[in-house]
Amino acid sequence: MEADKYIFMITGMLIVTFLPRFLPLMLLGKKELPQKVISWLSYIPAAVLSALLAPSILMDGGRLYLSLDNIALLAFFPTLLTAYKTKNIFLTVSGGLIFYLLLEMIL
Amino acid sequence: MKNRNIRGDSAVYAFKNGVKAAVPIILGYLPIGIAFGMLAVNNGLTALQTTAMSIFVFAGSSQLVSIEMIASGAAVTAIIAMTFLVNMRHLLLSASLSLHLRDLPLYYYPFLGFLITDESFAVAMTKLKNVKNTQGYFLGLGLTAYLGWVFSSAIGAYLTALIPFTDAGLLDFVLPAMFIVLLVMQISDKIEITVALLAGFLSLFFALTIEGSWNIILATVTAAFLGVYLDGSR
Repeated sequence: MEADKYIFMITGMLIVTFLPRFLPLMLLGKKELPQKVISWLSYIPAAVLSALLAPSILMDGGRLYLSLDNIALLAFFPTLLTAYKTKNIFLTVSGGLIFYLLLEMIL
Repeated sequence: MKNRNIRGDSAVYAFKNGVKAAVPIILGYLPIGIAFGMLAVNNGLTALQTTAMSIFVFAGSSQLVSIEMIASGAAVTAIIAMTFLVNMRHLLLSASLSLHLRDLPLYYYPFLGFLITDESFAVAMTKLKNVKNTQGYFLGLGLTAYLGWVFSSAIGAYLTALIPFTDAGLLDFVLPAMFIVLLVMQISDKIEITVALLAGFLSLFFALTIEGSWNIILATVTAAFLGVYLDGSR
């Protein structure tokens, strides 16, 4: 990646990842955010993860990819079950890769 | 150094306990960091750029998402906006941790803040109640996890730069698998399931109808408002 573009990207990413971690820790302590804001923030993680996940398994090359040839979609189901049973990042990611590899070999 | 006589022992003790508690976190970071390093180098970053990203940004899921966006030719502003969105959840983690890390000298907070991750937060919240020197414990925990992340991504990056790795097909599923497990760990009630389903649907819808990579931001913000609405009417 070109150096100037890279530096712009890293600086931006550094600022937007650092401030949400640093500011509440330093400033909040005793204060409380408004209830509606807390509620909205609390739904961001599930929403953003699902918004990232859906296209990553249901789309390919800018189009919907609903097919039995879609290995990522097929691997989704056993991986979801592994995540639900173990709630462990390492086990789910390695399990997911094994499911994906097996399905790729079978299909 | 002046502090050493007053509370040096307890700070060192807490720091060491924090380091020990980080071992399982490092084991989890190892495969994800290596995968990140491989993907980054395969998608046009140098090994040095990849390692520097882990050093300065230190946000696993955002870093993986940024690589995917670089690969699809997204604008840098879109990548930064997405990073902000993916990491906004840290506002909440940071706010909760502030209850345990109060009234410290101000110079502590940039370091403690930088070291907050989903994993260090999860470990700290179960342990900090029984720790006297909470800042020492959290620094030991966070710093060790941080070094684990930087080293595992450096291993992946430099290995891939040395030995060109072509099995990108397998690595394609690292990111979905991580989203799946993080999503499952986030969800604890029906409203969250509803919000997640709507966000997934909207994300697909916007991806098919709007140019660029804004589908995720639009879907997330809209779906979170549905959550607030359902919360209010429960």
